[in-house]
Amino acid sequence: MEWLNTSIDWVALLFQEWVVTYYHMLPDVLQTVIWIVLKIVVIMAPLMLCVAYLTLAERKIIGAMQVRMGPTTVGPRGSLQPIADAVKLMFKEIIIPTGANKYLFLTAPLLSLGPALAAWAVIPFGDGLVLAEVNAALLYVLALTSVGVYGVIIAGWSSNSKYALLGTMRSAAQIVSYEIAMGFALVGVLIAAGSLNLGEIVNSQRGDLGLLNWFMIPLFPLFVIYFISGVAETNRAPFDVAEGESEIVAGFHVDYSGMAFAVFFLAEYANMILIAALTAIMFMGGWLSMFPASWISAVADVPVVGTLVGDGIHWFFAKMSIFLFLFLWFRATFPRYRYDQIMRLGWKIFIPITIVWLLVVGIFVLQGWFGLGSA
Amino acid sequence: MSGLIRFLKSLSLKELLKGLGVTGRYFFARKFTLQYPDDKTPLSPRFRGLHALRRYPNGEERCIACKLCEAVCPALAITIESEQREDGSRRTTRYDIDLTKCIFCGYCEESCPVDSIVETHIFEYYGEKKGDLYMTKERLLAVGDKYEKEIAAARSQDASYR
Repeated sequence: MEWLNTSIDWVALLFQEWVVTYYHMLPDVLQTVIWIVLKIVVIMAPLMLCVAYLTLAERKIIGAMQVRMGPTTVGPRGSLQPIADAVKLMFKEIIIPTGANKYLFLTAPLLSLGPALAAWAVIPFGDGLVLAEVNAALLYVLALTSVGVYGVIIAGWSSNSKYALLGTMRSAAQIVSYEIAMGFALVGVLIAAGSLNLGEIVNSQRGDLGLLNWFMIPLFPLFVIYFISGVAETNRAPFDVAEGESEIVAGFHVDYSGMAFAVFFLAEYANMILIAALTAIMFMGGWLSMFPASWISAVADVPVVGTLVGDGIHWFFAKMSIFLFLFLWFRATFPRYRYDQIMRLGWKIFIPITIVWLLVVGIFVLQGWFGLGSA
Repeated sequence: MSGLIRFLKSLSLKELLKGLGVTGRYFFARKFTLQYPDDKTPLSPRFRGLHALRRYPNGEERCIACKLCEAVCPALAITIESEQREDGSRRTTRYDIDLTKCIFCGYCEESCPVDSIVETHIFEYYGEKKGDLYMTKERLLAVGDKYEKEIAAARSQDASYR
């Protein structure tokens, strides 16, 4: 990662030149605001681009699995499709139902998007590459993913429509139920890592064996349950009864149109990326390389290979891509669960298994098996 | 006991992984999508599309108003009226096909003793207002005049099977 650090230093130096002339003339408050906004933009802009292109990837991948081609017309091989979609949605009218509470109706999409974006503040992209080094980051993430459900509830409630409200009840109940299994799965990670700091959680998965040191080995059931709960949490197929486009069409955001609807859509995809990132951090060692330490040090001096094999942000993105692909793969494969089956799976299968495995993790840590508890 | 085994089996996610395997294989399968307006499938010379009335090379219309096509038409889409011309031959004064009734069975073409009414390879046509899909004799003859070369080529290709 040497080149990255040097280039960052270089950009910082350039900035300093610029800062010296103009930036210091500004009042202190404004300086802080500019600095914060800049940091937010650096994370948000690529994230929004990822969200846009995730929709294209979804259509392409699901298309391929259904032996179709997906979008091909806008741009080469359909590569400009998300931009066309975004422009279309921006020019569409936002219809506000007469009976709706206008203010709540318009805040609801923001309330569901906000937490999905805010959680990125504590996501470590690399060693120390994190916007906010929070020690209770795991709690922060859990809290924010829970807050997202308010957007859903307010959307259904403010629409003042029984169908939207019923859809809300379904998705809110589902999100809240799977939150518990997710929480327990993360408690397992917490026990194993001995820290709530996401950066430290990743670092505690570092070892001589590379891939085999990741938490996905000793915490395998929790890993599977966490990801499946994440799929349910984001209301994605096969747990998308709340949206159920083939039978009930949309559920809680049935009354939304135009950009207001697009924001819900954005939130859903941003949440998918967030869950993928969190799974990568908690169970697959975030930015850590999958190769054993001896291999990494063996090729460390080779120009390109050394960087690729060593730890770095590219591993984090690669792991995220795996999980995002899984999201889409699931959607192309599994038929939708019935609502009572979803509840049964969440409450009667996932929660007991996670609790049992917490006990097992406790034993691992006590005995020091799998390298746990040594930290 | 069997319930327990089933429970453990479901925990192994075996069935789900199998399903993922199926879609995973299809992910790499060859795609047969045809980009329609850009690419088109080859058409058989027997393709039954828009109708046309043909003429002989000397410009005389083939139809002799025998009304076999009108009789055989299962959808009753054809209406023919005829009278004697000055030279004594029988010709149609009216030959209408209602394309909204037509089922494109091709019986009219098969029944025709003089190969006058034919179904062409044209299938990309449309009507903008009511009546646009009601083909009159003039319009049918116009289609025949315009596409005579293609029509004749298709007939000669299929001739040995008739």
